[in-house]
Amino acid sequence: MELRNYETVFILTPLLNETQMQETVEKFREVLKENGAEVIHEENWGLRKLAYPIQKKSTGFYHLIEFKAPTNVVDALELVYRRDEKVVRFLTTALDKHAVAYNERRRNGEFKSQAKKEEVKG
Amino acid sequence: MSLVNERVHKQENREKYCRFKKSGIKYIDYKDGNFLLKFVNEQGKILPRRLTGTSLKFQRKVSQAVARARHLAILPYVTDSLK
Repeated sequence: MELRNYETVFILTPLLNETQMQETVEKFREVLKENGAEVIHEENWGLRKLAYPIQKKSTGFYHLIEFKAPTNVVDALELVYRRDEKVVRFLTTALDKHAVAYNERRRNGEFKSQAKKEEVKG
Repeated sequence: MSLVNERVHKQENREKYCRFKKSGIKYIDYKDGNFLLKFVNEQGKILPRRLTGTSLKFQRKVSQAVARARHLAILPYVTDSLK
């Protein structure tokens, strides 16, 4: 099947420790692999403040995965998200050609100066 | 001396323009909260096109990006003092 570009961001509860977090992320990575997806890029944003409380929590671990996959993968991934209590929020988006180009530039650190400012604030 | 008051706010006739078209931005990133702040007011509401000058094509993308950012708690849905 034809592969498409996707990007998924999820927020995990701040109650986890480092290893638990890694394990959870690994689990999602496995789901992607099993369904024939190809992970292009991964980013761990770490513990960030939420703009508004979700489930009475004001912080969360953000993680971003960019991947190429056949269309049925998204459903499988989101099902796993919904079943996992550790996931507070998730968002999967399909990327068009402009988004792919943008993400490539982002990966190469073209927008780093902006990102650094954000980290300081967070 | 004329009896008519001088206008307090002299209207400047500045051309509006779409910043995305002008600077060649094609994708609006929902992950960049600081950038999206330019398109919302202090309460976190999306500013209309007539104020920001954004073209319709990109206004749709802005609103989509803001919606996604709100979902991921990068931007708030409602607040009192955002800026």
